[in-house]
Amino acid sequence: MASTETKTAADAGSVEAGLDALETAVTGRTPLRQTFTGKILPPLVATAVVLVAWQALISFKIVDDPTKLPSPADVGNEFKNAWLQGTLLDYIWTSVSRGLLGFLFALAIGTPLGLLVARVKFVRAAIGPVLSGLQSLPSVAWVPPAVIWLGLNNSMMYAVILLGAVPSIANGLVSGIDQVPPLFLRAGRTMGATGVKGAWHIVLPAALPGYLAGLKQGWAFSWRSLMAAEIIASSPDLGVGLGALLENGRNASSMSMVFEAIFLILFVGIAIDLLIFSPLERWVLRSRGLLVKS
Amino acid sequence: MATALAQADDVVAVEYAARIEHVSKSFAGPAGRQLVLDDITLDVAPGEFVTLLGASGCGKSTLLNLVAGLDEPSAGTISTHGRPALMFQEHALFPWLTAGKNIELALRLRGVPKNERRGRAEELLELVRLKGSYGKRVHELSGGMRQRVAMARALAQDSQLLLMDEPFAALDAITRDLLHDELTRIWEETGLSVLFVTHNVREAVRLAQRVVLLSSRPGRVAREWRVDIPQPRRIEDAPVAELSLEITDVLRGEIRRHGQH
Repeated sequence: MASTETKTAADAGSVEAGLDALETAVTGRTPLRQTFTGKILPPLVATAVVLVAWQALISFKIVDDPTKLPSPADVGNEFKNAWLQGTLLDYIWTSVSRGLLGFLFALAIGTPLGLLVARVKFVRAAIGPVLSGLQSLPSVAWVPPAVIWLGLNNSMMYAVILLGAVPSIANGLVSGIDQVPPLFLRAGRTMGATGVKGAWHIVLPAALPGYLAGLKQGWAFSWRSLMAAEIIASSPDLGVGLGALLENGRNASSMSMVFEAIFLILFVGIAIDLLIFSPLERWVLRSRGLLVKS
Repeated sequence: MATALAQADDVVAVEYAARIEHVSKSFAGPAGRQLVLDDITLDVAPGEFVTLLGASGCGKSTLLNLVAGLDEPSAGTISTHGRPALMFQEHALFPWLTAGKNIELALRLRGVPKNERRGRAEELLELVRLKGSYGKRVHELSGGMRQRVAMARALAQDSQLLLMDEPFAALDAITRDLLHDELTRIWEETGLSVLFVTHNVREAVRLAQRVVLLSSRPGRVAREWRVDIPQPRRIEDAPVAELSLEITDVLRGEIRRHGQH
């Protein structure tokens, strides 16, 4: 009896090892070449196509008014001059530092607010609908009252950023928490994770993907609100950010400067997303097996 | 196994791992209050393996939730020693943690000091034959491997009583057979008491020392069988099949009653 028992047990073990090996998928790293042709090449081609089409509009005199459409070379010169004068990085830094600092404030306010709305029924009933409604209010609407209340200064910029980003961040966290599978909560409770322990070990990590999506949207809203504020409320005390650069270009009837500003605003928005939020999101999703490798 | 139990100090005076006394449970439904469990009385002895068997609507999962302390009975009492561990049909592993860290979380919540957790987690992984899977992410494991990690995590709670809610129902037949062997082996090695819910008659007979059949709507204890077939059993063994047939006939009789009016 004993010998059959050990035999069966050992047997089961080796069968199991075989089954495990059969059922475990082998994954490797994507080769660099494939990353290049799949991820890097397409946007480069798209950019080139746009530049060629733009140049064609100028070369074939389809648009013949430099105050309406400057040539790519003019806009390039604008960048070059700003770079040589050393002001290019100043423009960018003025806006980016404002945007990121405002975003951090929004993070510090939106996160506890989201937790409160998600966990306290009364708070949810009271301000939940307003919070999601605020997301559809264009934050540029806040610029005039912010100027009246706070004056033409940095506080007003931050106020506008906060009003744009806090609802997104809070709502992201709320929907993240709402979507935590009840099974995780039950599993946590049987292991003794209730109350604060449950929130820390189960609810918050489980809600992370939703929260990150909220952060990403929050950043987009911060950046947009800030640009709106900079364009509308320009003042010498505020320094020249990207929004002010655009407004200056318009006042000077320099379309190439306007284009320069638009490109920079677009570039910064994309760069922050590509450098910070996308990698963060991909890392979280991939580690949970939620990102399908294409 | 008996000696292992006698060695543990707090177990000596105890003659049950779970005691369910006159437990009823009703829920508010569309047609007023609906009785799901009616006057269930059932003991699980220390080290005993009991399967709860029943068709849909017999309230077996409800009963397990009550024993796990996830819900309160409407009447009656349930006694266990400490918080029982619970395994679900879905693995319920946390995808933001690796296999090893899932186990360590259970250890941490139980108050195991930090420097002991890693070693204990590795031991438990070895017990379920997943040595070397400590750093694996949940999605990198197959269904059977996930259920074994879930088993290791349940064992990490160091509870005397393991509750299992159809834990193998979603697995393919080959994997399920192997996990039956694993569960029997681990049960014999650890001396745990197990209360195992299933709707699979053969699985119930394959695993248990005692099979408890519940009737449906409301759930009542309909009948009990002792299973004296020696372990290790296989699901294809003739005595297993024979008893399964007998139980299936009674189960069908129970189900038939519901169609007669």
